[in-house]
Amino acid sequence: MNQVPTELRDDIPSFEEKPDSQDRGPIDWTGLTSISTAKSALEIGTIIAVAVAVFFGVEAILRVTDTPTYVFPRPTDVVQTLVADFGSLYAPHLWVTMQEFLIGLAIGSTIGLVLAAVITQKPFVEKVVAPYIIAMVTTPMIALVPFLRLKLGFGLFPIVFAVALASGPMVLINAATGFRRTDLAKIALARSYGASTFQIFRKIRFPLALPMIIVGFMVGSIFGLLTAVGGEMVAASEKGGLGQRLVFFSSLVQMDKFGAVILIIAALGVAIYVLFYFIGKRWASWEA
Amino acid sequence: MTKPGAAKLRTVEATKIYETKSGPVNALEAFTVDIHDGEFVCILGPSGCGKTTLLWAMSGLHALTSGQVLLDGEPITGPRPHEIGMIFQEANLLPWRNLRQNIEFPFEIKGTSPDRTRVAGLLEATGLTGFEGAMPRELSGGMQQRASIVRALAQDPAVLLMDEPFGALDAFTRDEMNLLLLELWSETRKTVAFVTHNIGEAIFLADRVVVMTSRPGRLARIYEIDLPRPRTIEMTFEPQFIAQIQEIKRAVEAGGPHALEVE
Repeated sequence: MNQVPTELRDDIPSFEEKPDSQDRGPIDWTGLTSISTAKSALEIGTIIAVAVAVFFGVEAILRVTDTPTYVFPRPTDVVQTLVADFGSLYAPHLWVTMQEFLIGLAIGSTIGLVLAAVITQKPFVEKVVAPYIIAMVTTPMIALVPFLRLKLGFGLFPIVFAVALASGPMVLINAATGFRRTDLAKIALARSYGASTFQIFRKIRFPLALPMIIVGFMVGSIFGLLTAVGGEMVAASEKGGLGQRLVFFSSLVQMDKFGAVILIIAALGVAIYVLFYFIGKRWASWEA
Repeated sequence: MTKPGAAKLRTVEATKIYETKSGPVNALEAFTVDIHDGEFVCILGPSGCGKTTLLWAMSGLHALTSGQVLLDGEPITGPRPHEIGMIFQEANLLPWRNLRQNIEFPFEIKGTSPDRTRVAGLLEATGLTGFEGAMPRELSGGMQQRASIVRALAQDPAVLLMDEPFGALDAFTRDEMNLLLLELWSETRKTVAFVTHNIGEAIFLADRVVVMTSRPGRLARIYEIDLPRPRTIEMTFEPQFIAQIQEIKRAVEAGGPHALEVE
């Protein structure tokens, strides 16, 4: 015969919802999923017109004021080198940065996610690891790169490691916020149908935490990209990377190429944001 | 038209004391009641009188401090997913699943394949056919609660425990839901324990109304309801019905603090 389940705290059953603010992480998810996208042709036309005006406006100001290109690159020059030299100057370094970023994120987020699931179930583990997590969240992992470089050699691994250290704790704290949401009524529902602890995790706790996990991945990705590029600026591998190119081009005062690298990094950041925006729409829209 | 079968579900001296930060709370005290096979019993009491506690103990979700809950004479010590179906306050649908996935949730937990003809029949009976793909937030409160009834009945449990299922609905929707519930019950003849704080609702639905006192929750009195079935909303306007409401209301008031709704 079954034992009385331990999942449900033996408190007076209450279905009162917790205040909404407790469910929110560092980034307000509803803000993210409710960003409106352009609808009419007029809206789209206006957005494009403004972008074109900014682009040529900057170009015009730089030409009229005769600003030297080593002080501020002209937008047309930046776009020209970006298109003409993409395969030769930028793509290999983009690939290096992407490898560091993706491998580091995969390692860091996996560990962060598993640890989040564990600490929310075992309060003692949480007490033990919390100081380290807080230290890792608040310390810029870029600062560790020179040390990691000396310890781990001149390949990609030191930066991969730094990316994992930067992104993992972000995934962890957000996912932990998600896993801490306990909906007594939903757990009781699953229990009343005889659900095991693992089934409750998989079918109730995990879906309930998913919106916060997605936020964690987004914040972690952005921190990871920051750390990858910053780490390369501090101490790049022999293969380079986008950050190393920033240092390189600025030391040669090739500001058009510098601008092109900045554009690529910005595009990566926006791509991460857009990706998680759509992931959120698909998997967490029930919450918005 | 009470059908006195064998006692399907009975509580014996059920007592529950919660240990809270501000001291022990005596939620349920020596509560003994028999619910017969195929009987519709309403458990009526003011808010916070331990009705939900009683139901959670009956369902095996919480253990009693002392006393017993017996299902077919056997003590309940944990959830009984094959015999007992539970319907919660609010609809308690999983918001990330559409209606069909919500109804199939218990089958998933049990690892059985959904009984599609039974589900289709229940959806038809509850007027939810065509909404299988809808997400809970797209449905009205009444539709959500109907879906949760389908979810419970699809399992074909012998006993249905209902915890103020229509408390959050407006009066019109509540009438509608009560009629629907009686219709489903007359077809399936489940044993039903229905918790409510609404006197009119209790009388309208039940074969017997079990009135509880507040803190600690004790059995105050049991009223036999001899309204003929099938019941109609018209009956609730009859003097006999209103007299019964008054009788119960007076009895509860005589027993101390009260928070019962009259409609």
